[in-house]
Amino acid sequence: MTTDNSGDVRLSGIGKTYGSFTAVHPLDLTVPQGSFFALLGASGCGKTTTLRMIAGLEEPSSGTVHLGDQDVTRLPPYKRPVNTVFQSYALFPHLDIFENVAFGLRRRGIKSVKKQVEDMLDLVQLGEQARKKPHQLSGGQQQRVAVARALINHPKVLLLDEPLGALDLKLRRQMQLELKRIQTEVGITFIHVTHDQEEAMTMADTVAVMNAGRVEQLGSPTDLYENPQTTFVANFLGTSNLIEAEVDSRSGDRISLKAGGGKLTLPEARCSASATAGGKILVGVRPEKISLTHADDAGDIPEGRNRISGRIADSSFIGVSTQYVVDSPVCPEFEVYAQNIDRDPRLVPGAEVVLHWNPAHTFGLDAAQDIDAGVETVQPEEGVAA
Amino acid sequence: MGFVNWFKRHLVVLAGLVTLGYLLLPNIVVTVFSFNKPKGRFNYEWQQFSLDAWKDPCGVADMCGSLSVSLQIAVWATIGATVLGTMIAFALVRYRFRARGAVNSLIFLPMAMPEVVMAASLLTLFLNMGAQLGFWTILIAHIMFCLSFVVTAVKARVMSMDPRLEQAAQDLYAGPLQTFLRVTLPIAAPGIAAGALLAFALSFDDFIITNFNAGSTVTFPMFVWGSAQRGTPVQINVIGTTMFVLAVLFVLLSMAVGNRRNRRKA
Repeated sequence: MTTDNSGDVRLSGIGKTYGSFTAVHPLDLTVPQGSFFALLGASGCGKTTTLRMIAGLEEPSSGTVHLGDQDVTRLPPYKRPVNTVFQSYALFPHLDIFENVAFGLRRRGIKSVKKQVEDMLDLVQLGEQARKKPHQLSGGQQQRVAVARALINHPKVLLLDEPLGALDLKLRRQMQLELKRIQTEVGITFIHVTHDQEEAMTMADTVAVMNAGRVEQLGSPTDLYENPQTTFVANFLGTSNLIEAEVDSRSGDRISLKAGGGKLTLPEARCSASATAGGKILVGVRPEKISLTHADDAGDIPEGRNRISGRIADSSFIGVSTQYVVDSPVCPEFEVYAQNIDRDPRLVPGAEVVLHWNPAHTFGLDAAQDIDAGVETVQPEEGVAA
Repeated sequence: MGFVNWFKRHLVVLAGLVTLGYLLLPNIVVTVFSFNKPKGRFNYEWQQFSLDAWKDPCGVADMCGSLSVSLQIAVWATIGATVLGTMIAFALVRYRFRARGAVNSLIFLPMAMPEVVMAASLLTLFLNMGAQLGFWTILIAHIMFCLSFVVTAVKARVMSMDPRLEQAAQDLYAGPLQTFLRVTLPIAAPGIAAGALLAFALSFDDFIITNFNAGSTVTFPMFVWGSAQRGTPVQINVIGTTMFVLAVLFVLLSMAVGNRRNRRKA
């Protein structure tokens, strides 16, 4: 099974236009057999269109779709070894759960479906509900029926179109783990479309971040989070503090920068922009990498750390952590998440502080982009389907 | 005081019962008088109980012939109007084409037009075309006016149908024909059935348009109309009662089937 590549999905130059509107710019993408792949982006970024082109429900305007070595670009959906879990589940209301799950097998002319359907319903823990109608089940159960109905056909690839969008937060968490478990168990390639960055990062091995019909960046969740290549990715996945800085000098694998009055250091390997002396770049750091020290204790901060001084503008206590917003000359709203281990009582709004972090946690981006790209969608409204 | 309170509490039920009685009273009279043994030709006064008419429902000349004509026309008109109407409804909901809006409103025209006007115009049309009036002209007319009702009933159902259900069927290896037979049709079925029932009732019942375009053919409503002037045989009540009982049984049966399916829309 491991050397089998028939579950690879290869998109070459695939694009979709509606009249003068380009929903998906021609893109190349390879999803290897057996992986859990997520297409992440805000609504209208082209992720669902891309998925529907793989399913055959949408005809691409350009490019080809390959499954393994087979070109399926011109095949209708019912001839593709691919199954979809739809956003609204699209369970057949006139059929019971058993018949919904058996639908694909029966259409392929398989006569004895009882054993297979029962096994599949057990896999999704719905063995008791076989004779109920879809509307008699809860949202989470319907979702599992939709997964079972697709999986029973042993597709080469399972496509999931925002499958958890309609569920409440707690149930969604539970189903994320459930889907991940099923994927590990059956070993089928999963392609998952979502607007929820946390969902994508929890479940997928590889995430492609899409924006305005293009793939912005592709990589493992850790890689995307630690090394964003664009401001959109930096802001869309979690929160980033971005500072405009001027390149001062380069020595070895370190780049020295000037920002405001202070100096910052950035490892060259973590800079995706070309850094020439005198040029501008954007320096980023994640809020949880930063330590906060009261200005009176600034002398205790070890040498070699990047520092920025400022004043606490706001703080909110979240329980496990405290989130501070710090007003600094280089960035008006510097976000800092501090673990509540030893709380310094002097760190209240109005206090003068020094922010400092290990230079290795700094990343550099091309300054010629919108610094706020992707920022509006940092906190997508919970439960709202894209 | 107790009575006033009781009356207040049960006002809705009482009003419902009174309305129901108002609706059903004519049917009860028809049924009761089917067991009458009238003196003379008119069945308008109660004389005595008798099963004569029930034992010999076709005992009146030409009546069962006209009933058979009416039933045949109703069945064919229902089939014709349902098939055409369902196709029109799907086309109107699913496809965007030129003059779709115009077709949408034109479909309703036959429902809004006075029947007498439509009957007269149809007769003019048939005569100008040199068509032989009879069974076929009645059938064509009936399909025509039943269509609007079928389209309306089916359209409402198709509009509320999620197109993703059909995509899901295709995704699950159902070709176009299988998708239609296994998913589209069963889900649209209640709307189609409602349209068909309406078409049958309208066609069986129609007098004005039929009377204009029948030529020498006599349908059941025309027979009743004719005999009302010469004398009303008890058998008319027998047929009326039978139709009523059949309709009630049909409704009860479909409700039972609906309940067994646990009311899918709940």
